[in-house]
This record gives sequence, structure tokens and C-alpha cells, in this order.
Amino acid sequence: MAYFEQPQRILLPVSVGYMALTVVLALLFNLMPWHDLVGVPDMVALVVACWCVHQPRRMGIGIAWFVGLLMDAGNGALLGQHAFAYAFLAFGAITLHRRILWFSQWRQAAHVLVLLLLTQVLMLGVRLAAGGVFPGPMYFAGSLTAAALWPTVTFLLLLPQRRPESVDENRPL
Amino acid sequence: MDYQPPPFFSRGPAPLVRLGFFVSLAVLLMVLDARFRYAESIREVVALLAYPLQRAALAPGELLGATADFFTTQVALKQENDQLKAKDLVAASDLLTLQALRAENSQLRGLLEARERVPRRSTLAEILYQGRDPFSRKVIIDKGGRQGIEPGQAVIDATGVIGQVTRVHPLLAEVTLITDKEQRTPVEVVRNGLRAVIYGGGDKGTLDLSYTATNADVQADDLLVTSGIDGVYPPGLPVAKVAKIERNAATSFATITCIPVAGTDQNRQVLVLSREAGLPPPPAEAAPSASIAPKQKRPKKRE
Repeated sequence: MAYFEQPQRILLPVSVGYMALTVVLALLFNLMPWHDLVGVPDMVALVVACWCVHQPRRMGIGIAWFVGLLMDAGNGALLGQHAFAYAFLAFGAITLHRRILWFSQWRQAAHVLVLLLLTQVLMLGVRLAAGGVFPGPMYFAGSLTAAALWPTVTFLLLLPQRRPESVDENRPL
Repeated sequence: MDYQPPPFFSRGPAPLVRLGFFVSLAVLLMVLDARFRYAESIREVVALLAYPLQRAALAPGELLGATADFFTTQVALKQENDQLKAKDLVAASDLLTLQALRAENSQLRGLLEARERVPRRSTLAEILYQGRDPFSRKVIIDKGGRQGIEPGQAVIDATGVIGQVTRVHPLLAEVTLITDKEQRTPVEVVRNGLRAVIYGGGDKGTLDLSYTATNADVQADDLLVTSGIDGVYPPGLPVAKVAKIERNAATSFATITCIPVAGTDQNRQVLVLSREAGLPPPPAEAAPSASIAPKQKRPKKRE
């Protein structure tokens, strides 16, 4: 009986340094000058969600919260807004991580899309409560692109943990 | 005896407990930041941590710009040079009249025993990036508290006012554009000197001249300049042009939409003007002047 929709790989242990590097790269991506471009994915949210699903013991709500704080300070947003939303995102991803991994990549992406949209709705709610105006429905386009990137990002994040399918003494990797 | 699980099974507090802890911490921060502005010191520390990341994130764009500069053709340079020369000629004639006018003005002011206007110190700054916050219109500039930038200073470009410094970090400063929903600028109509306060329109990139009586003498294409009565903005800087006026007899105020004169979304180089020295401090009880406290709650608009 096939429990998983796709064969699962047995991965090597994750390197904490690589996790930190990916989070920093995602922060760099988010702080790049995107101006008013529509649909730029929130890469930090995506990477945090990915690590929460795959490494729920290493990545947690606390780290997500702190990364969110950095996003707030870097963007001049309301202090705590991203931290608030990312804490919920991490909680959702950690709660769902056993379920999500049963599905194929694109169905995983659908789960993550819901999580990311909820994150954005939380941020929207916070800003509306603080006296902001609704920035238009294109605000949510970023989550769609982020979810579309889920298979690629998962592949890249888990790449160093893969081992060769057939061991060959003459091959370096 | 009660049974304790071995320590390697322990995973700390349950996720729900952690979520509760961090969410309440975040809510506390947000309330402090939005309502009481106590969170500035925390923000400064976190911003200092984020600063290297911010600079590094700009590197690819800067590299691209530098490469493009390197490959600028001579033809383009020549054209630009010709344009600048022509502009310089026009400016020179303006400058001559300006000097004459300034002399005349100082004479007249002397006659009126009016206080001489102190020339303002200005700092050239470069816009690093636009904040990735879709709810507000803010830009980050590359000069901060170390370079003498202070909150409340006016920021202009070659054509007019673009905004006001609202938050200062040691090496960066945050400028709220005049089009931000929370930003107000005291203006007057050039044609007849009518004073008003202009409100940012938020996402539309326009400005609203709110609380102007329906029968006020404002016409389309009127130029609005800073009135200078707040002591923050120097008087006479162009702010906006009136684009559309809707006078509805049912409301007591006209709906006047304006378009900013300055390139609020275009330029990279801006000038930060220092506050005018020697103004008496505002009275303590009075409501703070509109542009000094941009976060102040805006009264409910009458529909």
C-alpha cells in the first residue's frame, strides 16, 4: 500500500549553518528594492514555512518571530506586524507538517498557499486595526507566486541533504 | 514515584504555548509602536541588526547601475551635456533676477523690521529603497542621525517637496512621502494665498485638499506651495497641482484631488532641509502642528 503520493528520500541530517544561510538569503531577497512590483513573493515566509515543515525541531515559532521583527525594522512597517504573522505561520506549518509531507509537491504547495494567505490576512487585519487602508486585491498575488515556487524552494533547501542514488568511488559527489 | 520521561524526548513547551507567548509579545510591541511610540529604542536595535542585510540587498542593483554607467555612450553624454548647458543658461538668468530680488527683499524686510530668514543647511541624500510595506508610502535614505538628520526635517527634490523625515536610525532615515495616507503638509494656493492642509491619498499616489469649504476659491491647475507657517517646511516650495474639484452641495467640504509636483516615486537624489533655527517652541497645550506629528489620528471624514 502506497502511503505517500511519491517516493520519499532518506535524507542526511540537516546542517544548521545551511538553514541560517537560507534564511539570511531570503531576508536579502525581501529587502531588495522591488518598488511597486506586483506579486513579489514573501521569500522569508516561504523559507520559514519550508523549514518548519521539514525540520520542525530546528526551526520554530521563536525564530520565525525574530525574523519577522527584522523584516519590520528593515521595511519601516509597524513593529511586530511581521513577527505576529510569522509566528502564526510557523505554528500552522509545524502543526500541519506530518500531514503536508504525505502529499505530492503541488498539493503541498496548495497547503502552503492557504498558510501564506492566512499570514497575509493577519497582517492586513493588524494594519487595518492600526488605521491603514486596504491596498487592493493584488496584495495577495505575492502568496500565489510564493506557492508556485514551493517545489523549487523545497528542492533547493533539501539539496545538501540528498545522498547519491548509487555510490561510485570515482565520483566526487 | 512519578515517572519522568528521559530528557532526550523533551521538546520544550508545547507549540501552542510558544505561539501564545510570541504572539502576545508581538501584540505588545505593536501596541507600543502604534499607540505610545515606546518601541523606538527596540526598533533602533533591530534596525542596526538589519542594516548590513539592507546594504547587502542593494548591492546587486548598484552593481547593475554601475555597469550601465560604464557603458553609457558618448552620444548620450554629449546630449545630456547640451541639455544641461541650455538649462544652465536659463537658470543663470533666473539667478540674476533672484539676486536682485533678494537684495530688494532684504531691504523691504529691513524696512518692516522683519526677521531675516536664516538660510537653511541642507544635506544631499540618496534614496536607497522604497519600504516593502504596501500600507504606507515611505522611502529609506542613506543618511541618518550620524549625518545630522533629525525627525521632522523636510525632504525635497529638484521640483518640490517629496516628504518628511519621520524616523532616524544612526545610518539611515525613513522619509514619509507626502502621498502617504498619514502625512499632512500645510500649503497655500499661490494664486490667492488661501491656506489649507493637504492630506496624502495613500495608494493612489495623489493628494487630497481636505476640509476646504465648498465655495473656496480653488481652481483646477492651481499650484499649491508650502505655507511655511509651521516652521518645518520653508515657505514657497511647490507641493502639488490641483487636478480635479468636485463640489457637492450635500457636503460642506469640496473634494479636491491634487497631483504632486515633485517626482515622489522617481528620483534617487533628494535634499534634506534642516529645521529653521530660532523659532519659539510651540505652546505645550496646543495640538501639535500637523506636519510634526504625522502619526496623529486623522479626524473622521464627513461623508
